[in-house]
Amino acid sequence: MDIKLFDLGLADFQSAWDFQKSVLLRVKQKELSSALILCRHLPVITLGRSGKRENILAGDSQLKRLNIKTYEVERGGDVTYHGPGQLCIYPVINLANFKKDINWYLRSLEALLLDVLSDFGIKAQTQSGLTGIWVNPVRSKLPRATAAPTAETSDGVKQKKIASIGIAIKNWITFHGASLNVKNDNLANFSLIRPCGMDIIMTSMESVVGGEVKIDKVKEILIRRWYEASNFTGTGRGN
Amino acid sequence: MKQVILPELGEGIEGANITFWYFKEGDSVKEGEDLVEVATDKATFNLPSPCSGTLKQILLNEGEAVKVGEVLAIIEEESSP
Repeated sequence: MDIKLFDLGLADFQSAWDFQKSVLLRVKQKELSSALILCRHLPVITLGRSGKRENILAGDSQLKRLNIKTYEVERGGDVTYHGPGQLCIYPVINLANFKKDINWYLRSLEALLLDVLSDFGIKAQTQSGLTGIWVNPVRSKLPRATAAPTAETSDGVKQKKIASIGIAIKNWITFHGASLNVKNDNLANFSLIRPCGMDIIMTSMESVVGGEVKIDKVKEILIRRWYEASNFTGTGRGN
Repeated sequence: MKQVILPELGEGIEGANITFWYFKEGDSVKEGEDLVEVATDKATFNLPSPCSGTLKQILLNEGEAVKVGEVLAIIEEESSP
């Protein structure tokens, strides 16, 4: 499946959002068959369609001082924070070419992220009933506990979230997508909100591996994984 | 008269919540145009109008739940006698 790659680098949210919508239109008009947009955002808070204002814990004056704007966006989910230490992954693909199934797409995105994290030696997992990717903060030789519906393992260890997902679909074409916390920079800004409207501790790839992780390396591996193994190449199980 | 029905959204998805109507009753709509947005936990889904005509009746309002297969609205088709 032919896919056009757009790497926007560090982009303010509004311009990247506008760009996504222009690509969505081009895919709808069949100028492009599909696209993968990668970028990092300057600090920003976005509220999805299920977003509640009370999940933004910081006051207006604090956000203004930090130069963090809030956008109400058309994706699903509640509130999230984006910053330059994250890699945002916005696939614009026509699910009609794969499988018209929202859950299949969400699980496929999760599988892609798990593959990428695995390439960095990070054992991550999904949580039953929750969307996104989680890691167990305790590095232990014990067998991994079965995923529980809460963000805790069966031994009561609170899991940390490393990647979040929120999508929108028009004419079965996807936009918005996933954000993967790569760097430690600005992770503290998640305390300005209740991420996804839940009491979640966020973590990053750097925190988990205990050293530097380069965003460019994550991009390179993500692109390779996308083409090699993901459902989105048209050779996966979705057909 | 054409019924606007929530299609299958995916395995295990029984319904969604209506988040946004792009039109109000009495408005003209075109086939394929975004008519209504619904949301599941992590996704929003825009349902296009199945035909061109007049949005005659909205049966479920923003904030209400809709099940797969349920009728959300009625459109009077342009070509209707």
